[in-house]
Amino acid sequence: MDNRQKEIDSLKDYKYGFSTDIENTRAPKGLNENVIKFISNIKKEPEWMLDFRLKAFERFKLLKEPDWQKPKYPKIDYQDLYYYSAPKSMDDKPKSLDELDPKLLETYKKLGIPLQEQARLNGIAVDAVFDSVSVATTFREELTKHGIIFCPISEAIQKHPELVKKYLGSVIPITDHFFATLNSAVFTDGSFAYIPEGVRCPMELSTYFRINASNTGQFERTLIIADKGSYVSYLEGCTAPMRDENQLHAANVELIALDDAEIKYSTVQNWYPGDKDGKGGIYNFVTKRGLCKGKNSKISWTQVETGSAITWKYPSCILRGDNSVGEFYSIAITNNHQKADTGTKMIHLGKNTKSKIISKGISAGFSDMTYRGLVDVSSKATNSNNYTQCDSLLMGNKCGAHTVPYIKNKNSESTIAHEATTSKISEEQLHYCQQRGLSSEEAVGLIVNGFCKEVLQQLPMEFAVEAQKLVGISLEGSVG
Amino acid sequence: MLKINNLNATIDNKSILKGFSLNINPGEVHAIMGPNGSGKSTLSNILSGKKGYETSGEILFEGKDLFELETEERAHKGIFLAFQYPLEIPGVNTNIFLKTSLNAIRKARGEKELDAIEFLKLVKEKSKDLKFDEDKLNRQLNVGFSGGEKKKNEILQMSLLAPKLSILDETDSGLDIDALKIVADGVNTLRDKKNSFLIITHYQRLLDYIKPDFVHVLMNGKIVKSGGPDLAIELENKGYENFN
Repeated sequence: MDNRQKEIDSLKDYKYGFSTDIENTRAPKGLNENVIKFISNIKKEPEWMLDFRLKAFERFKLLKEPDWQKPKYPKIDYQDLYYYSAPKSMDDKPKSLDELDPKLLETYKKLGIPLQEQARLNGIAVDAVFDSVSVATTFREELTKHGIIFCPISEAIQKHPELVKKYLGSVIPITDHFFATLNSAVFTDGSFAYIPEGVRCPMELSTYFRINASNTGQFERTLIIADKGSYVSYLEGCTAPMRDENQLHAANVELIALDDAEIKYSTVQNWYPGDKDGKGGIYNFVTKRGLCKGKNSKISWTQVETGSAITWKYPSCILRGDNSVGEFYSIAITNNHQKADTGTKMIHLGKNTKSKIISKGISAGFSDMTYRGLVDVSSKATNSNNYTQCDSLLMGNKCGAHTVPYIKNKNSESTIAHEATTSKISEEQLHYCQQRGLSSEEAVGLIVNGFCKEVLQQLPMEFAVEAQKLVGISLEGSVG
Repeated sequence: MLKINNLNATIDNKSILKGFSLNINPGEVHAIMGPNGSGKSTLSNILSGKKGYETSGEILFEGKDLFELETEERAHKGIFLAFQYPLEIPGVNTNIFLKTSLNAIRKARGEKELDAIEFLKLVKEKSKDLKFDEDKLNRQLNVGFSGGEKKKNEILQMSLLAPKLSILDETDSGLDIDALKIVADGVNTLRDKKNSFLIITHYQRLLDYIKPDFVHVLMNGKIVKSGGPDLAIELENKGYENFN
């Protein structure tokens, strides 16, 4: 058997589906003030942080779970979840990797994210988040030399309260919406990055999220601040064990770019998608929002969404600074019984602001995909423009693809352009490729990668190859 | 090399091929001529492995039952079809498609795969021979190509893959005389004692440039007459009607 075939076979099943048998410290089951105090206490948080959480929780009690989205799901019992779960060995925070539980090191090694110094990924600093805690962050000393702060957010709350206080909740307020507000009340860990004025971050920053414990929601919080004239490229990866029940993942990600700063945020989302019959899988209900606060700032989101039972998210840009730029590049793939309702919001507030949306949706099997996007140009956003391109590719005739663009233009000197296409991989195209010696899987991989090229090109090189493989593998078996 | 015995083919309850037999030896060039609807394209579809037909009878390629082989396995064994209507594949770069195809076939044959540099050298050489515009190699496969360019692209692929049996399904239709000569050159270059060709066409024109060893007249699903190159000329003069 050749290598390519071996590779396909080895990946046919969700290869990240293993779970690590590890002793956990958990919060009592359910959602109430005591659980929130438990989380705040175990994180040794200052008073203001607990206040933030409790305010959010008060608000949460008034909110209704939204139900306007296309993918429906059975009612979630929020009292039947654990809101904090962490390996017991993390109770007394290990001072170095040598003290870290070998089981954790082994888990990340298996996931292809070695944390040990000698095996680290070149040029990528990794913050490894396991259930509700960050277990390790690599390359910290190297980054400190440049004045860059990259650490778990729980640590930033203690060591850099002035930055966290100023920016946490400034892009996604605690009153925002049901899931975001829930996150503000119960978030556990996640990454914090601050790039000082004028610094170009010399390596990729990356967080690898792993859900391990069963019956546990993962609520991380990420906060990235790019000070004036700085640049950072940030990557996010995620996997989870195969479990029969659905698990909730409701993260908040806030990005802030000051004058002339640029943030590039890339996601390769590969949460467990459920089995072939649609049993199990992650509910990925995430709020991601970037604020182009300063003039000439730029935020660009790139996402490759292949996992989760339901993906429901709209990484957005608020273009407040004059001349600021927002970009959204997305590949979303659904197969079997997966569902996705994803897209972006581009809010133009400043003058001469520009946004670009390139969305590629691929649906196969019995899956259903919706692109939903908002382009909102305010009356003050003179001379702004948006370009949106939404392409859908269908495989087979049991899947669905929908495009729902919302366009609001209150400024007559601004322009908005929207293009959309829907196509299908035809039997004839496959036959043609097969006649040239390609297997149907190789043919689909070639066609799909061609379809996604514009987005794949946006990914940092280290991840582009992996993403390309993932795209092919996610559609495995979707052609007859 | 190729033995077809009493092949019957039906699609959507319509009988297309009715007792078709043909024998092609290594190095031979066979032409099949026939009117519209006589079963020419069905024959090339079935040889290439296209699904959707109900068949009976036997097809042996180098002694192996062709029906046992998937489409890509037939390609690996050296069967090539120049499509009557080459497919457009948006987003897929022509060079990448050609390289993926060539390497898939080389790998199946146990040959070393070509790296980017080796491949580019080869494809440039072949493109030059076929006067195929090199800029097209960097465009999306067949997207926006003229009819003639698509057909030349088929011949370019044929010459890259160096198949044992090449089936040309109405490759000449829609070609101007210059393009026709280029296509013929492509075939003649590949022609030797080992490689065989099955040329399916309406017209005798192409056969002025590719001299066949045998000409067969296909009507109503089977061969009604076989002969040498002169048969093509006779056919052109008399028309198909008089063969009924």
